[in-house]
Amino acid sequence: MFNSELSRREVLRAIALTVAAGGLTTADAQHVHEMAAAEKVASGGAYKPKLFNDHQYATLKQLCELTIPGANEGGAPEFIDLLSSHNTELAVLFTGGLAWMDDECQRRYQATFLASKPEEQTALLDLIAYRRNAHQEGLGHGIRFFDWARRLTADAYYTSAPGIKEIGYQGNTAVAKFEVPQEAVEYALRRSHLG
Amino acid sequence: MFQIIRNAPVYDVVIVGSGAGGGTATKVLTDLGISVCLLEAGPMLNPAHDFKEHMWPYQVPHRGVGDDASGYFGRSPYGFGYFSATFGNWELEGEPYTTAPGNQFRWFRSRIVGGRTNHYGRISLRLADYDFKSYTRDGVGTDWPIGYDDISPYYDKAESFIGVTGSKEGIRSAPDGIFQKCPPPRVHEVLVQKACQKLGIPCIPSRLAIITQETNGRPPCHYCAQCGRGCISSSNYSASQVQVFPALKSGKLQLITNAMARELISDDEGKVKAVSYVDKTTRTEKQVRCRAVVLAASACESARLLLNSKSSRHSNGLANSSGQVGRNLTDSVGYDLSAHIPALENLMRHNSDGMGGMHVYVPWWLWDKKLDFPRGYHIEIGGGFGMPQVGTTSSTCENHEGYGKDLKNAIYRDFGTRVGLSGRGEMIPNEHTYAEIDPNVVDEWGIPVLRFHFQWTDAELKQVDHMEQTFTAILETMGGKILGSHHPERHSGQKISIGGMIIHEVGTVRMGDDPAKAPLNKYSQAHDVKNLFVADGGPFVSNPDKNPTLTITALSWRMSEYLAEEMRKGNV
Repeated sequence: MFNSELSRREVLRAIALTVAAGGLTTADAQHVHEMAAAEKVASGGAYKPKLFNDHQYATLKQLCELTIPGANEGGAPEFIDLLSSHNTELAVLFTGGLAWMDDECQRRYQATFLASKPEEQTALLDLIAYRRNAHQEGLGHGIRFFDWARRLTADAYYTSAPGIKEIGYQGNTAVAKFEVPQEAVEYALRRSHLG
Repeated sequence: MFQIIRNAPVYDVVIVGSGAGGGTATKVLTDLGISVCLLEAGPMLNPAHDFKEHMWPYQVPHRGVGDDASGYFGRSPYGFGYFSATFGNWELEGEPYTTAPGNQFRWFRSRIVGGRTNHYGRISLRLADYDFKSYTRDGVGTDWPIGYDDISPYYDKAESFIGVTGSKEGIRSAPDGIFQKCPPPRVHEVLVQKACQKLGIPCIPSRLAIITQETNGRPPCHYCAQCGRGCISSSNYSASQVQVFPALKSGKLQLITNAMARELISDDEGKVKAVSYVDKTTRTEKQVRCRAVVLAASACESARLLLNSKSSRHSNGLANSSGQVGRNLTDSVGYDLSAHIPALENLMRHNSDGMGGMHVYVPWWLWDKKLDFPRGYHIEIGGGFGMPQVGTTSSTCENHEGYGKDLKNAIYRDFGTRVGLSGRGEMIPNEHTYAEIDPNVVDEWGIPVLRFHFQWTDAELKQVDHMEQTFTAILETMGGKILGSHHPERHSGQKISIGGMIIHEVGTVRMGDDPAKAPLNKYSQAHDVKNLFVADGGPFVSNPDKNPTLTITALSWRMSEYLAEEMRKGNV
């Protein structure tokens, strides 16, 4: 499985070995170098929010983590902040949505979302995570917001190294021969009743 | 500003455009010792630097959706995603095109050495024998002036040189060629094959321009499935890596990049003597002189160049005494349907990347049946555990809803369960579909732009209905639940692709024996201008359900050998 910085270089090294005539050129080497540099930029250092204030960002982090456990490690809050800082539609969706959550929690629990008890936080998510609750007075806004929050959180997590590992993607590597495990074929055939 | 260099060299051949047609002409002509000047409207390509092969999504902070998140709002600046090697898009800044009121058409252009071959799907299908004589068979459209036997040797040459996977099947609609071994079907492809078998539909190994054995010094595929990002090891066909770069070492090729052809300059005898182009880097106008010219700028761009090459002798544009330049424009009919396949839920994880494309496909199988539409389509298959990207989990998020561990389990369960079928079918040329010069609009180089007219007809709409029925049957036979845009009650006009979106535009400078009806003769040589040739999709007389690139390559090869021979004889 290749999902660390180091492994990526191994992939490229494997490719280089595959390139029969003389390995990597100078330009190739430069490319690898730039890639590694980009990786560090993408993964290193503490992130400073560009759009959200401290309270908003802390709320977002809590929401992301509840939505997809591990999302903070996968960089979901950074991803959402970065994109929202460059896109007014997203900025309105998220600043408005986070404010809505605080408002709703104040009404229900007399506290912000962050200050609400864990079971209160999940009780709110139990409502806004499902379209079937849209008929309930005032929940439509929360449901629409959570739809976006869930989508971006999942996108961020499952395109991160830990998310890619968790979902079980095993490609993006150089192999000499492409093979399909017979066990996998039989599993699918059996379940499809086509076998 | 005009800059004419009086003692500039005269090249044997100037080729405009470095994609499949121009790349092939460059290779064949330089191999035959002919001096070539190749004009490319975009910059030089450096695969090692420009291709994003093997990058993980987390290597860019926006994960591929674009810094401004435009991908979430259907306005991605990347055409086929951030990681793709498209180097172009549906819209190019400073180089607009227009559509006539009430018409829709989208035009994909890649300004780069190699053009759209850097990212294309590599699907490589021969036209069938009957495809050349469809008018004779069903009374619709026009026959080609050539037959299968004329082009077959050039398919052989093209396949041998660029390398194409496949298997001998003996199916009339999908003629066999010179094939390299195709890797085995992925799990979901086995299911599609089994379902097709039940329904009496053939589903055979793919024909892709990807090499699975070393070919002319190019190493075989390393099965990373990222052909669309460009292949650093040149294990798939791109005109840049496979034809233009090697030709640069021949000493016979002068490549001029950032050269936007404006006009062909004719002499008093009506022959082309030079190509006028805009040097984009200095914004100056330059000319390159030649004995012959090959247009391979893409079907629409070549038509534009001819229509813009007006003179007192050619008031209609060059090589256009037939009035057919820009006419007979077609794209492939496109329709897609996908399903969630429960049989694939929680499938044991394995590397299913493989080649950059499907390992099996469905060739047209009803060519001898009477249907309520003419011609046919083939089916392309998508699925497998692709590299996770923005959007991979959207469908589960939307359908499963919820959050937390429960949502994660559903995402794990659903990964790799989506199977998509895409139909690519034949459109019949019609009088309402063509490109012309927009009388009011120029691009940033001052060159008048194209205005498109595009209408589907009943023939295409009925074909899409047939696709929908067939795809639904295949997916449901696999136990699938149709996803997304499945609305059987919709009119077929809402299901069919927008014209141009399949990026198979051809026909705008067609060939034919009668100079009154076709700009080119059967060798892709202009009837009106003996030293003018066209080597892209322009010469196509029809647009059968076979992706055009392989046929562009074969026709260009044939044209190039003919041109070389005519030059040797002193006829050009």
